[in-house]
Amino acid sequence: MFRHRNDRGLKWLLSGVALICGSLVIGIVGFLLVEAWPVFSSGQIFAFFSDGAWQPGSDREPQFGITPMLLASLAVTLLATALAVPPGILAAIFQIYYSPKWLATFQDRAMELLAGVPSIIFGFWGLTVIVPIINQIRPPGQSLLAGGIVLGLMILPTVSLTTRAALQAIDRSLVYGGAALGLSRPRQIFSIALPAARSGILSGCMLAMTRAIGETMAVVMVCGNIAKIPHSIFDPVRPVTSTIALEMGYATEGHRSLLYAAGFVLVVLTGFLLLLRRREPVL
Amino acid sequence: MRHSFHLLISAFFVFLVMSCSDSSVESIVITGSTTVAPVVADAALRFEEANPGIRVEVQTGGSSRGISDAKSGLADLGMASRDLKPGEEDLTSHCIAIDGVGLIVNRQNDVKGLTREQVIQIYRKEITDWSELGGKAGGILVANKADGRGTLEVFLKYLGLDSADIKADVIVGGNQQAIKTVAGDPNAIGYVSIGAAASEISSGTPIRLLESDGVVAATDSVAKGQFPITRPLLLVSRSDTSEETGRFIEYIKSDAVKDIIESHLYVPASK
Amino acid sequence: MAAVLSVGALLWIVLDLVKMGTSQIDWEFLTSGVEESGRAGGIGPVIKSTLLILMCCLLVAIPFGVGCAFWITEMVSPGSRLTAWLTRSVDLLASIPSIVFGLFGMAFFCRILGLGFSILSGGLTLACMILPILIRTTLAAVQSLPPDLRLSATAMGLRKSTILSRVLLPRAFPGILIGFTIGVARALSETAALIFTSGYATRSPASLLDSGRSISVHIFDMAMNVPNGATRASASALVLLLVILMINYLANYFSDQWLKKVN
Repeated sequence: MFRHRNDRGLKWLLSGVALICGSLVIGIVGFLLVEAWPVFSSGQIFAFFSDGAWQPGSDREPQFGITPMLLASLAVTLLATALAVPPGILAAIFQIYYSPKWLATFQDRAMELLAGVPSIIFGFWGLTVIVPIINQIRPPGQSLLAGGIVLGLMILPTVSLTTRAALQAIDRSLVYGGAALGLSRPRQIFSIALPAARSGILSGCMLAMTRAIGETMAVVMVCGNIAKIPHSIFDPVRPVTSTIALEMGYATEGHRSLLYAAGFVLVVLTGFLLLLRRREPVL
Repeated sequence: MRHSFHLLISAFFVFLVMSCSDSSVESIVITGSTTVAPVVADAALRFEEANPGIRVEVQTGGSSRGISDAKSGLADLGMASRDLKPGEEDLTSHCIAIDGVGLIVNRQNDVKGLTREQVIQIYRKEITDWSELGGKAGGILVANKADGRGTLEVFLKYLGLDSADIKADVIVGGNQQAIKTVAGDPNAIGYVSIGAAASEISSGTPIRLLESDGVVAATDSVAKGQFPITRPLLLVSRSDTSEETGRFIEYIKSDAVKDIIESHLYVPASK
Repeated sequence: MAAVLSVGALLWIVLDLVKMGTSQIDWEFLTSGVEESGRAGGIGPVIKSTLLILMCCLLVAIPFGVGCAFWITEMVSPGSRLTAWLTRSVDLLASIPSIVFGLFGMAFFCRILGLGFSILSGGLTLACMILPILIRTTLAAVQSLPPDLRLSATAMGLRKSTILSRVLLPRAFPGILIGFTIGVARALSETAALIFTSGYATRSPASLLDSGRSISVHIFDMAMNVPNGATRASASALVLLLVILMINYLANYFSDQWLKKVN
């Protein structure tokens, strides 16, 4: 399709495309900043981190503390990652090294399918299945734990698919070499294959984490949404995204800018996670 | 590859051209409350049938958005599930229906009703166990709605409380989430639109509506004006609305859509 | 064991959907219009809007995604500042929560570009969202091609445009298809970005500038705002899953066929 143009034309075309792609993120972040500007210019941004509670709708003493929510976002994300990573990696190992072909294909299809389940469905399932079970152990049931479990399930396909890709990409001769040395199958996998695929697996996990931290519709259903710092995994929490989803449709001017500012803080947080991902040692 | 690519590109342009050819239709844009939107959307379909040449676009996004869009001119009409606040009085409100807000508990709970005083004490955590209210012992789980929701504001007005006074165990978004929360916990209490609760009860969801101040929570008592916690479902307009918009407002307030409002389990506004 | 457990838990969700949804699905449901805000009638217009949104999204995202990836691999020297800047901003773009895309789309496409609530706005917003996925997978596919392929083609004196369209693109095609399937799945299941851009209207769209409700928005509305909407929501979710399954299957099929032809 590029045959009729010369290379210079192609270069300009692709450069333009790349420029637009690269600027998109600047545009979006800039837009967030513009919308949130009143919060920054009025100094309310300090209340963001100093206020202890989130009560934007109170007439008597409005408070805008976002710290409990940031902690909640991090806590739910870490819990979800902790719950999803071991089974995700094991599932990928099973699929590559142990499972018969038909089962591996089936697993592939299932994982791809699950990536397409709308998050609201996960949320509903969590609210009607997981939450009552946790409620039996310790009320209220809508809690950090419930959020972690539901999010964990949601990111499990991501962890599993990226781990599989990373394991498939390593040099097969490494594993064969291990086999030739007479190592047992588990030793081949855990001492040779996994370390070799480490950087791929790690970046997959980080990808899953960024998805978890930005997830909205599911956490809103199962987390309980109380903006307080949790003391145990059975306490309800409210991540930043829940706040945006719960209040955006109803917020008026000042409150709206606050929510945009919260969105901006969230992007900064994920950007920070991204930096962490960059630092990880490449084998 | 090349051919299919060309095909796709040309298909795209055909669509663009198609999209430009369509005009000369008067359209009314309505945005706002997710509670009001289903009713207005259904009424709009019927209105379009009766008035060919007019299109009604219904979009959601919450009461405040409806009001601000109507104000800024982004929409011809806004939908709101709460009264206008100070500073919003330059808009005209048209009440299309009334919705009662009822307290719900799990079906296993045998408390019959609560007074306003008792509800205040529950939501301020001064009463924390159902046994203090004559029910089976069990710590009360208080479900509240998120700041800014229409139902929360009506509820606070009824109780005479500020949102900072309420000490909730969980905060839920919409009606459906409140219902699922209460259905899943025998000791929970929450409040939702009476119509939504009644519809879920009739399909077997294990919840129960409580009497408020001795009045049964049902669409009848709302219609008769006896039930203490109600809110209006509004359309709001600027003073300079178009003729078509005016016609739509008249239409939705007329008897022609009464059955639609009732099918959504709200009470048609009395004239 | 772990595999069985994790796949099992996930299948539980799907089975729940099947149990609640299958009784609702028939030809009528798939073709007729939405009535009583979804409690009666079907999802015909919703499916049509969804496909149109997806089409807009892919028509924009695929050329841009593939073009951007080729720019990185072919037009600039690897390791240059520009590449670093571009990959970093693509990564950041990938990590932005979808609700933020929705807010951005509402302000930029609907208001500033004046497209209003329309299928076009929704599709463009989704295109921004899946762009990083397409760039990343295309990049991976092109970079995994053997380097001597490119070297020998250059040695033969072929022009860059020819190398791209005749040598690299055909061989990277299966990899691009993977990105395509992941992108499609994400786009189809997206709610937060679409509610604010392509809107809520349930009528069958007549043009790309009409508002149209996507299937995920419909599921969300049925589950959250309509009393007793849960069974209908499950049925719609099931339809969505079937569509995704079909697209994945087709993509795999084409990928296999393509590989046979190229080799």
